[in-house]
Amino acid sequence: MVSVCSPAEALAHVQPGDTVMVGGFGLVGQPLTLVAALLEADGARDLTIVSNNLGEPGRGLGRLLPARRVKKAIGSYFTSNREVVEAHLDGEIEVELLPQGTLGESIRAGGAGIGAFYVRTGAGTLLAEGREERVIDGERYLLQFPLRADVALIRAAKADRLGNLAYARTARNFNPDMATAAKIVIAEVDEIVEVGELPPEEVVTPHLFVDHLVRSEGAPA
Amino acid sequence: MSSSVSVAIAQRVAAHLRDGEVVNLGIGIPTLVADHLPDGVDVVLQTENGMLGVGPTPAEGEIDPNLVNAGKLPVSELPGASYFASSASFGMIRGAHVDTAILGALQLDGSGRIANWSIPGKPILGVGGAMDLLVGARRVIAATTHLAKDGTPKIVAEASFPLTADRPVDLIVTEHATFVVRDGGLALVEVADGTTVDWLREHTGASFAVALDGAEALR
Repeated sequence: MVSVCSPAEALAHVQPGDTVMVGGFGLVGQPLTLVAALLEADGARDLTIVSNNLGEPGRGLGRLLPARRVKKAIGSYFTSNREVVEAHLDGEIEVELLPQGTLGESIRAGGAGIGAFYVRTGAGTLLAEGREERVIDGERYLLQFPLRADVALIRAAKADRLGNLAYARTARNFNPDMATAAKIVIAEVDEIVEVGELPPEEVVTPHLFVDHLVRSEGAPA
Repeated sequence: MSSSVSVAIAQRVAAHLRDGEVVNLGIGIPTLVADHLPDGVDVVLQTENGMLGVGPTPAEGEIDPNLVNAGKLPVSELPGASYFASSASFGMIRGAHVDTAILGALQLDGSGRIANWSIPGKPILGVGGAMDLLVGARRVIAATTHLAKDGTPKIVAEASFPLTADRPVDLIVTEHATFVVRDGGLALVEVADGTTVDWLREHTGASFAVALDGAEALR
């Protein structure tokens, strides 16, 4: 059974130099209570963050940047936060840019025991530079390795006490795949119900992927 | 760009959509297309952040912060809608299950290839789903103003901006004209009222064939 704990207890698992996956498409589906607690966590230094974006200036994951907690960011769209652009130009953070679909599939592959895969996206573009290419059925594909993390911080709407998770509308996005791809998975939820109260067909993330539940202190997801 | 120009482009794009097809709308002008569909044409909207069956912008009191489109703007849910993870959404896109993607453009080259993700000399820090849509959607329509803000053509012989994919788009729609991409080049198939072929020759940086024989040209 998962442990239901405070944000600080959950984030004590984060060690300096860790790779941390954080769910969300922008701020939608981002675990904002956990991200706020990450700022207070002693171990949260020199982090590699895997997330579609790095929040917005001063909001969500964007708060980690001025606090200098991020060593590297892996995602698909950082231009929505000008502070990321500035930090990158100043040499403060390293950025690895992946097409959004390749990012999602790399996380899925990481959680599914896939060693690598070939994808057409990006072939023949600047993002293909230095990448292994292979022609399959006459089309160019790029070799892509999976992504895994030490800790995943995800956002769901509802959990039962086993850790089964259900999501709210488009707040689902990267969360279910991140739940499969990290050693420690911490889910921020609005509501925790008893086992049997979450209809099995509504469960999107089965409980075996989830380690800790934290009640959200923010707006419902 | 004036909103009337954006609407003119969106209307011209909408006229090329087919009833019942699954359409993914990019950010900017493409988002206007859904509001300008011709009578009798209904499309199903897919958004990359994990939804099929996207409905119109909700009234102020009905906004759900967990229900947004790719531009992170509030949308609504139509009957028959579904939600799915990002990996499944892009599986749909790369796997050719989306009929048409409508994308904005910074430049298009003479063979119809699009540049819409990066500006030379600026750090490359955002790509989003543009590359996935280009390799995967069954048909891609570029929806763009004919000229850049500085008055130079957006359709050029050779792109100076980094390309988004090897694959050309299928249709280029501006406020002045529509071009079909075929046989490795561009064919002019529609000219807007008040625009002439001569004006287009002067304000298009790539050569194009003229095929203004109506619906026949679009086949």
